[in-house]
Amino acid sequence: MSSLIEKSLTEIHSLLIAGEVTAVEAVKACLDQIEKTEPEIKALLAKDGENALKLAAEMDKLGPDASKPLWGVPVVIKDVLATKGITTTCGSKILENFVPFYDATSVAKLKEAGAIIIAKANMDEFAMGSTTENSAYQTTCNPHDLSRVPGGSSGGSGATIAAGQCFAALGTDTGGSIRLPASFCGCVGVKPTYGRVSRYGMIAYGSSLDQIGPMTRTVEDSARVLNVIAGHDKRDSTSVDCEVPNYIEALAERTDLSGLTIGLPEEYWGEGLSEEVSEACKNAIKKAEELGAKTVPVKLSMTEYAIATYYIIAMAEASSNLSRFDGIRYGHRSKDADELIDLYTKSRTEGFGDEVQRRIIIGTYVLSAGYYDAYYCKAAQIRRLMRNDFEKAFESCDLIAGPACPTTAFPVGELTADPLQMYLMDIFTISLNLVGMPGMSLPVGIGKDTNMPVGLQLMAPAFGETTMLQAANVLEKSLPDFSKPQQI
Amino acid sequence: MSDVKLSTDEVAKVASLARLDLSDKKKELFAGQLNNILSYMDKLNEIDTKDVEPMFSPVEHTTVLRKDVIIKEHTRDEILANAPDSDGQYFVVPRIV
Amino acid sequence: MVQFETVIGLEVHAQLKTNTKIFCGCSTQFGKEPNENVCEVCSGMPGVLPVLNEKVMEYAAKMGLATNCIINKKSIFARKNYFYPDLPKGYQISQFELPICEHGHLNISYEDKSGEPCKKRIGVTRIHMEEDAGKNIHSVAENASFVDLNRTGVPLIEIVSEPDMRNAEEAVAYLKSLRSILLYLDICDGNLEEGSFRCDVNISVRPFGQEEFGTRAELKNINSFRNVHKAIHYEVARQIDLIEDGEKIIQETRLYDADKGTTHSMRGKADAHDYRYFPDPDLVPLVIADEWLAEWQAAQPELPAERKVRFEEDFKISEDDADFLTAEKDIADYYEAVLDSYNEPKKVANWIKGDFMKELNQSEVGLSECKFKPEMMATLVEMVDKDVISNKIGKDIFNEIFTAGLDPAKFVKDKGLEQNSDSSSLEAAVDKVLADNPNEVEAYKGGKKKLVSFFMGQVMKETKGQANPGIVSKMIQQKLS
Repeated sequence: MSSLIEKSLTEIHSLLIAGEVTAVEAVKACLDQIEKTEPEIKALLAKDGENALKLAAEMDKLGPDASKPLWGVPVVIKDVLATKGITTTCGSKILENFVPFYDATSVAKLKEAGAIIIAKANMDEFAMGSTTENSAYQTTCNPHDLSRVPGGSSGGSGATIAAGQCFAALGTDTGGSIRLPASFCGCVGVKPTYGRVSRYGMIAYGSSLDQIGPMTRTVEDSARVLNVIAGHDKRDSTSVDCEVPNYIEALAERTDLSGLTIGLPEEYWGEGLSEEVSEACKNAIKKAEELGAKTVPVKLSMTEYAIATYYIIAMAEASSNLSRFDGIRYGHRSKDADELIDLYTKSRTEGFGDEVQRRIIIGTYVLSAGYYDAYYCKAAQIRRLMRNDFEKAFESCDLIAGPACPTTAFPVGELTADPLQMYLMDIFTISLNLVGMPGMSLPVGIGKDTNMPVGLQLMAPAFGETTMLQAANVLEKSLPDFSKPQQI
Repeated sequence: MSDVKLSTDEVAKVASLARLDLSDKKKELFAGQLNNILSYMDKLNEIDTKDVEPMFSPVEHTTVLRKDVIIKEHTRDEILANAPDSDGQYFVVPRIV
Repeated sequence: MVQFETVIGLEVHAQLKTNTKIFCGCSTQFGKEPNENVCEVCSGMPGVLPVLNEKVMEYAAKMGLATNCIINKKSIFARKNYFYPDLPKGYQISQFELPICEHGHLNISYEDKSGEPCKKRIGVTRIHMEEDAGKNIHSVAENASFVDLNRTGVPLIEIVSEPDMRNAEEAVAYLKSLRSILLYLDICDGNLEEGSFRCDVNISVRPFGQEEFGTRAELKNINSFRNVHKAIHYEVARQIDLIEDGEKIIQETRLYDADKGTTHSMRGKADAHDYRYFPDPDLVPLVIADEWLAEWQAAQPELPAERKVRFEEDFKISEDDADFLTAEKDIADYYEAVLDSYNEPKKVANWIKGDFMKELNQSEVGLSECKFKPEMMATLVEMVDKDVISNKIGKDIFNEIFTAGLDPAKFVKDKGLEQNSDSSSLEAAVDKVLADNPNEVEAYKGGKKKLVSFFMGQVMKETKGQANPGIVSKMIQQKLS
């Protein structure tokens, strides 16, 4: 039975549809693995094993449904997504006992496709962080080295995949929150184009930056999940109403990288990059060239302004998005508030962690009278210049490649004292959120110094997921195999 | 760039606008960190953005509309279920006036 | 003594008559159980997103067209951030930098204090769309407040005027005119008491001749036109008093107290608002297609100003009468319906302006619930006009037939109130009156011709008002000549 968890999503799905594995068996295999690994990994928050088994048994009774691309597949959902009937905390004390009566659209789509939700994944509180150390509940450990962080904010999603607790997880990416933990945990993580996946039911951090995406052990698995969750949603005005290609079918259409031009931005390959990451990524690029890709240098000259731009916009939006947490309709309410202002102030101060408070304060400041133009509006102008930058770069290439993060996973506690240093970890991922284009992290090797996974980031123009996934799929097959869960 | 943008008092003022109450220790700590971050943000002033139209969102489509048709999917009990204080009809808060 | 000039600008919030809320599918129906018309979107649950109701855009644009605004091709929604229990998201979705309508105006006519008719053009700065807040109910007994979100997310348009008004008469005329247009467009109930039409009055004073405006106060909580009047008068006096005492006016929000007829400061200065407006990233820009605009323009109903002109021209009634009859859509509709049955515009106008309005105002029900249908009104006017009953009888019975909604013809017949034109019985009555009043007869003959009305009155008394006054008058003059 335990060998079941070594299967990829695609493999387990075939077995499920063929009737060779029942949904109950698949769920049980995952629950067993959770029981075995979770005490050390701490990737999960609410667990819904009992209901998952019940649902699986009902599904088995009806028999496999081949029309459902995720039939019987156990999945984990980042706790930022509303799940009907399952506690949804967003990693925060302020939502400790919040049980939504509605599903996020992406969650509803997974269910509709036959997936079985077994748990919610740990995360940095309100997705603000790069390590899960900002979770109000627990710090998740990296399955490759328990003393190191799994990355964040979707660190629980990355770790649960790397630990073989499920076959797919949903993460969200506001400034790299899928790609960074994918890189740190040695799994595949895709941030789709802004508007590709409905944000409805995702507890907003930076509304103009947030996107939901899959985290899996193979590229094909991610393509399969993206197929399910992508598409227009009438509940999300920012979701784009255009046709969604069949990403899985597209994968079969490309077996090498001939005819593809990959841009290498000098800003991503220069100083600040750790040697082991540079080496592993360069090897992968070499592989890509061997597979027929042409590489060209490109310029993304606004990169050095990305972090400042990003944090102004994200924090401004967050300060407003988090105003609804006031202890009135749901969430934590302070016990010793007997008048209204107290109710707000005490509930919020007790309920939010330090990083969230920091970001709310900065966000409030940059939007306040007299500073709006200097910060928020200025950042929005630079954001346009950044998009111009990317659009120009994509005139000379099909994809852009670079490391997902300057380093591999670092030890727990290393960067917690200096918020700004922590923010700088996002340098390579953040630009894509600002410009709204898709990107992904693909595990390409193990760092020779830390012995931790290294992720290569592929970036594509808006709605260019197909080419990006195709290239990753081809590359994946010629690189070290990350499709098996890490032994704990 | 080491100019102080936010005094501890100002940090407290902005915090109260956001309905947060910082302890003195945290005020000090935050003031230092926030000044650091805000100074870093000043980097943006290096770029001339005259006549650049701000981009507030990556979406390029416009005009998303909904038909004026009533949809009722949830009960009041569901709406009130997560409330820290409710009488089954209303959300209850400390008396305002 | 320095003479002061008052400067008034108005902000009107009009609730739109849509089926559903502005950003979700919840019903807007008034008077439901608390928190019944509420969903995850309007209660601001985590993760939910707004989607604009197309009718809100249409209604806002139609109001813009009706007030001569430019309809902006592109407009955007912004968040206005503040904390209050009736505002679930901690921000109100409104419009700030690019509202849907701008640069309009409205022509008003009114009577000034001395009763002189005046006309003026008032600028409409902007009209924008936004969501309403919920309601808090406060209980001293339970030491708690209760939050009802049924109204949260009900669509509003805010109509902001230029500071063009100089006295209460102009302000009220402008408000009445706006309300009238909203009712003609059928996009708002216009009910001040229930709050579907709310006005905030920005008011300041300055010495005559001074260019710059004085410091203004914003008056809220005014729920009738009469109180707009009173509140302005109170506030002007308060501000002038302060200035004359050498004190400063503070820019603040003041609440009108209808019981005391005074205004008082709403919040301390310390809690100055900083709304931190920014474009709402959850909503995309609204771009209005030219063909929609053309469609709305074409579908625009006849508005009060146009109807007034038509009434004057087609019905040959005075400007005053036309003004009065068209100010409220339902009155104008009623008037035209009466004319459909009896086409005597001036006579019908007199009846409607007079007894009909008096009864309607006293009855405290709207015209839609009025039992006295236009055909009944037509019958009554016709009966008076054709001498079937006297004018006096018509007025005497009006209250009863209006209230109960009775057919005047049947009522008059049943009660035997037809006018008496029978010369022999009238002659007897005239003879009796002349015989009973010999002194007056003497005086008349001596030249006091005015006494004819005295005799008329006596004959009417004698005949219980049913005598045909034309015949009686002739008869008296003949007999005394």
